[in-house]
Amino acid sequence: MARTVTTRRKSLNTVLAWAVGLLIFFPILWTILTSFKTEAQAIASPPLFLNFDWTLENYAIVQERSDYMRFLWNSVIIAGGSTVLGVIIAVPAAWAMAFVPSKRTKDILLWMLSTKMLPAVGVLYPIYLLFIRLGLLDTRGGLVVVLMLINLPIIVWMLYTYFREIPGEILEAARMDGATLKEEILYVLTPMAIPGIASTVLLNFILAWNEAFWTLNLTAVDAAPLTAFIASYSSPEGLFFAKLSAASTMAIAPILILGWFSQKQLVRGLTFGAVK
Amino acid sequence: MATQHSRSVARLMMAPAVVLLLGWMLVPLTMTLYFSFKKYLPLRGGDLGWVGFDNYVRFVSSSSFWPAVQATLVIVGGVLVITVVLGILLAMLLDQPMWGQGVVRILVIAPFFVMPTVSALVWKNMFMDPVNGLLAHLWRFFGAEPISWLSEASMTSIIMIVSWQWLPFATLILLTAIQSLDSEQLEAAEMDGAPPLKRFYHIILPHLGRAITIVILIQTIFLLSIFAEIFVTTGGAFGTRTLTYLIFQRVLESQNVGLGSAGGVYAIILANIVAIFLMRIVGKNLDA
Repeated sequence: MARTVTTRRKSLNTVLAWAVGLLIFFPILWTILTSFKTEAQAIASPPLFLNFDWTLENYAIVQERSDYMRFLWNSVIIAGGSTVLGVIIAVPAAWAMAFVPSKRTKDILLWMLSTKMLPAVGVLYPIYLLFIRLGLLDTRGGLVVVLMLINLPIIVWMLYTYFREIPGEILEAARMDGATLKEEILYVLTPMAIPGIASTVLLNFILAWNEAFWTLNLTAVDAAPLTAFIASYSSPEGLFFAKLSAASTMAIAPILILGWFSQKQLVRGLTFGAVK
Repeated sequence: MATQHSRSVARLMMAPAVVLLLGWMLVPLTMTLYFSFKKYLPLRGGDLGWVGFDNYVRFVSSSSFWPAVQATLVIVGGVLVITVVLGILLAMLLDQPMWGQGVVRILVIAPFFVMPTVSALVWKNMFMDPVNGLLAHLWRFFGAEPISWLSEASMTSIIMIVSWQWLPFATLILLTAIQSLDSEQLEAAEMDGAPPLKRFYHIILPHLGRAITIVILIQTIFLLSIFAEIFVTTGGAFGTRTLTYLIFQRVLESQNVGLGSAGGVYAIILANIVAIFLMRIVGKNLDA
């Protein structure tokens, strides 16, 4: 039986929830609004909310001065590359653990999770040194590998929890009908696994996009993604609110949109299936 | 039943992931351990030989160690308290029937998707700037003297920024947990005349226990290693130098690799203590 709720109570909930929601969202909203102001309007006192002359000049200036597109491209390559590579490596592993479990499967899964707990700063110098020796410092390839390794445990875990929900009987049936392992994976498993794989890709793309320890410490110019692009605005000469806002908006917009699609998977992915 | 053949195929399929993660774990870890027993200054003489546990002793006896431990604990503790308490309240609010629930949910979750450098920089400049920041305007509006947030109230500021980033995560997980609560149980309690506060303490809170534990453990692991938020705002000044930041400075800024590596080993031990508890919960869930 559904609880009966008075309209009055529902209205009250609505007002309160919207107020809190807007308050939490406000810093993002304010950044987006400021990005359309002139620098003078951005620091006007009292602050201007909607009553200003909307302009796109900040976006043009940011792109022109700092070559935003190059950073964006680096972010896309690094986040996309590490995610795709991670999924390619993780799908077979998760498949094996979900459908051919052995006594050690649980231990392997937990051990993989434990590598995720390794604090990055604890291995900063070794990785830094290896990057210098291997000529990977400030290269996109190097970051793709590092971010892939950081997120691999999450990718394996997410895929594992999704694969486990696929009923094993279907695979048995396919096997009975004489399907080879290749056919089984290609025609039976893959179509059923696609939603899970898509969610995994989405969440890990977001995590890799926002990763800000390795991307700040292992890049300089050539491979610097948007995290580093934004960090460069922390120097005093970059203190122009409108331009800072335009740069910030451009850095977060793609991920905010992707994030909306991934909110359901977020819980499962980040709690390693412990909360669904 | 799995055949011998499928078992060996399965092993082969797991091999790349296992080998890669094993390498990712063992190679840097071994190197960190190795460096931690050496006097190693890349810019001032390089490898100056073995020093035993000297780096470990020096790291904890340096004057910046205890303040860093304190800063770390205050930030992690502060953020945990704020996000868990507000997260529970927010999750309960979002669970209520209302109009536009989906949109509100999106508004609340949004900060989680903002990259750390952006949120740190936006808060630092557009909100916490003592002259032009929005908070300064607000303070002046009420006739108060604006605060130089990041220098005068540096810890509060960092905790605010990080809490804003992590509140969505806590809320979302707690909301998921609340939604799995059997509503009949609540209704029964309501009909029996249990007041809201009692219903909260005896039904909702116990039900959320596991979710709260998970939120605390996962956030602790991430919060112990926050970096960008400090890198962009204070650069470790004004008492905000956490353990992670201290090690970063030792290793990359002052290039004292031996000392920094010893600190790194401490950080790894600390994170593992937290991790053990998390793994136990996750592991139990695997059996179910």
